[in-house]
Amino acid sequence: MTSEMTQPITARFQLDYGSFQLAVDLRLPGSGVTVLFGPSGSGKTTLLRCIAGLQRAPRGFLSINGKVWQDSERGVFLPTHKRPLGYVFQEANLFPHLTVSENLRFGRKRIGKPPDAIELRQVIDLLGIGHLLKRMPDRLSGGEKQRVAIARALALNPEVLLMDEPLAALDYQRKQEILPFLGRLNRELNIPVLYVTHSQQEVAQLADHLVMMADGQALASGPLAETLSRLDMPLARDREAATVWPVTVIEHETDYYLTRVAFAGGSLSLPAIDAAVGMPLRVQIYARDASIALEAPAATSILNVLPATITGMANAHGGQSVVRLQVGNQALLAHITCKSALLLGLQVGMGVYVQIKGTSILN
Amino acid sequence: MLNAADIAALWLTFKVAGLATLLMLLLGTPLAWWLARTTSRWKGVCNALVALPLVLPPTVLGFYLLVLMGPSGPIGRLTTELGLGTLPFTFAGLVVASVLYSLPFVVQPLQAAFTTIGEHPLEAAATLRAGPLDTFFSVVVPLARPGFLTATILGFAHTVGEFGVVLMVGGNIPDRTRVVSVQIYNHVEALEYTQAHWLAGGLLAFSFSVLLVLYTALKTHPVAHQLK
Repeated sequence: MTSEMTQPITARFQLDYGSFQLAVDLRLPGSGVTVLFGPSGSGKTTLLRCIAGLQRAPRGFLSINGKVWQDSERGVFLPTHKRPLGYVFQEANLFPHLTVSENLRFGRKRIGKPPDAIELRQVIDLLGIGHLLKRMPDRLSGGEKQRVAIARALALNPEVLLMDEPLAALDYQRKQEILPFLGRLNRELNIPVLYVTHSQQEVAQLADHLVMMADGQALASGPLAETLSRLDMPLARDREAATVWPVTVIEHETDYYLTRVAFAGGSLSLPAIDAAVGMPLRVQIYARDASIALEAPAATSILNVLPATITGMANAHGGQSVVRLQVGNQALLAHITCKSALLLGLQVGMGVYVQIKGTSILN
Repeated sequence: MLNAADIAALWLTFKVAGLATLLMLLLGTPLAWWLARTTSRWKGVCNALVALPLVLPPTVLGFYLLVLMGPSGPIGRLTTELGLGTLPFTFAGLVVASVLYSLPFVVQPLQAAFTTIGEHPLEAAATLRAGPLDTFFSVVVPLARPGFLTATILGFAHTVGEFGVVLMVGGNIPDRTRVVSVQIYNHVEALEYTQAHWLAGGLLAFSFSVLLVLYTALKTHPVAHQLK
């Protein structure tokens, strides 16, 4: 990824519906997946719609790759159909009177195909929809519809891809069917994605950059690992709090059905993964699966015991403390009881050992 | 069977109805689109005005049109000014009156179809680089096909069936304003019941077939099915 080559996205919007106000001022990276995360009513979809121009914030400034799409002070507002974007709606929103193939070509024939445009064939292969091209949308499953919708948006060769809870209307099976495609899309095409969701799992699986929204405001915006481990955010104190580490496979210990992976500043043993050495992966570590010891345990069944430094502490839900640790170059959250924190005399700056009982691989 | 005057009346009826339907579609489509999407406070007033011919006795509408289009009415003065003469008792006047009289039968199905389409396909089209006019022709028109079909058939059939407005505005002039419904009236007045039967029966069969085609076509129409 060439994040330093592309200019970031600047989005400032103020909008007042009486019962709901949106007020954000964000600078977002020009590559990778930025997830807008928050509960329903937090304004994440409204923000996305403002970026698309589907809704017009009375006061706003939006520039993408150095091009101004909205500047209310100078009266600039590019209508949606003139913005080089792709948009994937929560409901696939395919045209019911057109076949899959005609849906894919609808936008494409209107872009005046630039020479470096992505090939339609590549998009069709990427989303695995080659066998559906002649069908009408009402003959597709929910998951297939959404894959066609994503392909239709990508076929536009967009400068930014906006996705509004594309998986929310799908059941678990269909979600699992689409998530790998989203991962591939991200690895194979260098298009910045703004992705709205209220699912923590989708954040862990897809986000490179995370914006936390609540009550029409952006509470936090930053790289995933950093933002997930912010103790001032409700997410870190939540029962489901977790951190996500990027890792690479370094070795398979086939005798023990284990795989060793490296992270920035150390390595972990994981249950055997079917992935080639050198393959990048994401590992999710729940805060409830991490425990703290003052000394390196001499004998323990837990394989992953790592030296760490306490970088922060806060109260979490019911009698629990949340402790932020630095492990190598990675931040980690641990949920322990307040009593343990007191008995161990944990302080910010202390060197401790963290034991990781469980991990999950995300891709 | 039908005599020459009957055939002339039939031919005239279809000319009036065809031309009026074409004009109603041209006028009614933008009007219905506006009514389906506007949040203006004039929406109620416009809806009521368009629907007025549904409840008004045709003679009332015909009477006002006669007054407005007559030599001393504002429309009459305008058409005279433009060198077109006055419209009452002419073919053109009959078409204008028919358009106003049957307009709700065109506007209402279109308005319903446009409302059913909703915002989503329009937003999808906008994100796929289609401007408003492009979206209208490439998305709205195909999705509203059942509405256009209903509007065309009802508008045409209703114009064929008019009588009161015709009599007031058009009169009873052979080849110019004497349409089928007036011709039936003439036959009955002259006690030519056989002639009246042929025309009346024909009109009955025509109207029933048209409605039958409409209802069976819409039931199986793929787009209509998807819009439900």
